[in-house]
Amino acid sequence: MSVLIYTETEQGKFKKNAGELASYGVALAKNMGVHSVAIAFHPEDAQALSAYGVDKVLRVSHAELASFNAKAYASAISQAAKSEAASVVVVSSSADAKYLSPLVAATLQASYAPNVVALPESTTPFVVKRTAFSNKGFAHTTLSAAIKMIGVANNAYGVHENSGSTTVTDFEPSMEASQFSTKTTSVDKVAGKATIADADIVVSAGRGLKGPENWGMIEELASVLGAATACSKPVSDLGWRPHGEHVGQTGKPVATNLYIAIGISGAIQHLAGVSASKVKVVINTDPEAPFFKAADYGIVGDAFEVVPKLIEKLKAFKAANA
Amino acid sequence: MKILVCISNVPDTTSKINFKENNTQFDTTGVQFVMNPNDEFGLTRAMWFKEKQGASLSVVTVGDASVEPTLRKALAIGADQGYRIDALPTDGFAVAKELAALVKEEGFDLVIAGRESIDYNGGMVPGILASLLDYNYVTNCISLEIDGEQATAIREIDGGKETLTTALPLVIGGQKGLVEESDLRIPNMRGIMMARQKQLHIRAAIGTESLTQDSSYSKPDPKGEVTMVDAQDLDHLISLLHNQAKVL
Ligand SMILES: Cc1cc2nc3c(=O)[nH]c(=O)nc-3n(C[C@H](O)[C@H](O)[C@H](O)COP(=O)(O)OP(=O)(O)OC[C@H]3O[C@@H](n4cnc5c(N)ncnc54)[C@H](O)[C@@H]3O)c2cc1C
Ligand SMILES: Nc1ncnc2c1ncn2[C@@H]1O[C@H](COP(=O)(O)O)[C@@H](O)[C@H]1O
Repeated sequence: MSVLIYTETEQGKFKKNAGELASYGVALAKNMGVHSVAIAFHPEDAQALSAYGVDKVLRVSHAELASFNAKAYASAISQAAKSEAASVVVVSSSADAKYLSPLVAATLQASYAPNVVALPESTTPFVVKRTAFSNKGFAHTTLSAAIKMIGVANNAYGVHENSGSTTVTDFEPSMEASQFSTKTTSVDKVAGKATIADADIVVSAGRGLKGPENWGMIEELASVLGAATACSKPVSDLGWRPHGEHVGQTGKPVATNLYIAIGISGAIQHLAGVSASKVKVVINTDPEAPFFKAADYGIVGDAFEVVPKLIEKLKAFKAANA
Repeated sequence: MKILVCISNVPDTTSKINFKENNTQFDTTGVQFVMNPNDEFGLTRAMWFKEKQGASLSVVTVGDASVEPTLRKALAIGADQGYRIDALPTDGFAVAKELAALVKEEGFDLVIAGRESIDYNGGMVPGILASLLDYNYVTNCISLEIDGEQATAIREIDGGKETLTTALPLVIGGQKGLVEESDLRIPNMRGIMMARQKQLHIRAAIGTESLTQDSSYSKPDPKGEVTMVDAQDLDHLISLLHNQAKVL
């Protein structure tokens, strides 16, 4: 028996969430008294997972699996789950993981719970706590099939270093042409820029910014902080910012360490999508803006005055703390 | 092309969420149910295929009679016919199995579902459905073009987007972007009148076990007080974020 952990790679490097996922999987395996096994596609340094105490890494080097393909990866992960007699499969909440996990769950006839925020509350019966109702509540869900699949919510468990010895073995899943009937033909992604999914800090702005021409200071604040940029729904609907930046109940979820909301009123649909962030700072001219009730730190002030000053102060802070 | 749009019926986005029966059930008192926002985008895109490419368009919901107003709305927007599969949607697996039976029987070759339902946020129905049917599958879909049997889709990835080529039969999980917000269809008077003539088939469920059960629910801990900082004293904010919150 084992816990199988899908640790994601991108161009040979482990993605940032791999550490958190490995930490979760190892802790779960220890609780259950079974082995922890990670599967990774084309990792340059599979041994890196020893830092989290993963017992074994299955390294997949199949030439056609060098870049993500949901159906093919799902098939490889399902095959690994069978060959490792996995009773639990752990995946992240990345866009790729959410794409392939229902395919794995269907193949394994597994009970699947996404957006899980902690280690299982119990393992017999197997009960996990997950967010539901767009972060307005939690469901305590019993997974009743023989194989369980857990999608760990971003940034919910954290990284726990726990070094141990890791064996790396090559795993060769059998692949058929039909696994590749959906192909990626082009990827449009800014390399090296923090994404809403994995940034430690997200700087977000709303209609209070008045127009797309005013986003220069938002970009600059984000760059000083190494943050990703985001926006409220009307801002993307108006075409001021790309759709990919829209966060909230009907946009991307944000579960970052620090969320800075500038000129955003804090409508219930916005709050639902960002409330999983640990610390929220709100900058708004209106002291009655509902967002202040959901904030940790608030500043009543005009973004056009506060943000440029904040950029200068942060630059000085960074320089002093470098 | 025979299109099926899968629609889930969810609490309106402004709903306050409460639980009853000792926190074992979602309390629907005072909650208004609406078409899942992700499905509205899918339905509007499907209308385009109907009008421009002559596709037939059916809609389906797995649910009890209370979901019918949402299905009627979809008919008023322009779907040709509707199906209600008479079962309470207990989990993603069970819903996908019910939908798969309908798709097989009626031979739909394009199934448009949503990326996720905003109530239980499973994000699993379209993927499990694709797997059960052995159809191609793309989710987080923000663009879909069909040319004969060939399909080109764009999906959102973390930090960007990617273009995929695939073929019918196909299941997609759609979301905002599939059509522009301003192009979303809403029913007009004529549509509402015409919908009265359209068929809403009630199908018995095949009945299937669910693989997950929500044993109970809980609510997030109440939020602590906000600390207000003077706009003239941003050093104080930075110091709080550094020393107290430890996020800088
Ligand atoms: C079905 C549905 C789904 C939705 N989903 C989402 C979602 O996922 N995400 C989302 O964000 N919204 C969503 N919404 C929209 C939501 O209801 C609000 O309309 C939206 O969040 C408001 O955006 P905003 O705060 O940017 O704009 P506004 O509500 O217009 O607020 C602008 C704020 O800026 C402040 N302001 C003005 N000038 C300044 C200044 N100079 N400096 C500082 N502050 C200033 C104002 O005081 C105000 O609080 C949804 C709505 C519906 C109906
Ligand atoms: N009860 C249901 N009836 C019909 N379609 C559904 C139902 N539940 C979910 N779906 C479809 O599956 C998508 C994803 O839902 P979910 O997996 O529940 O997050 C929804 O946007 C719908 O298209």
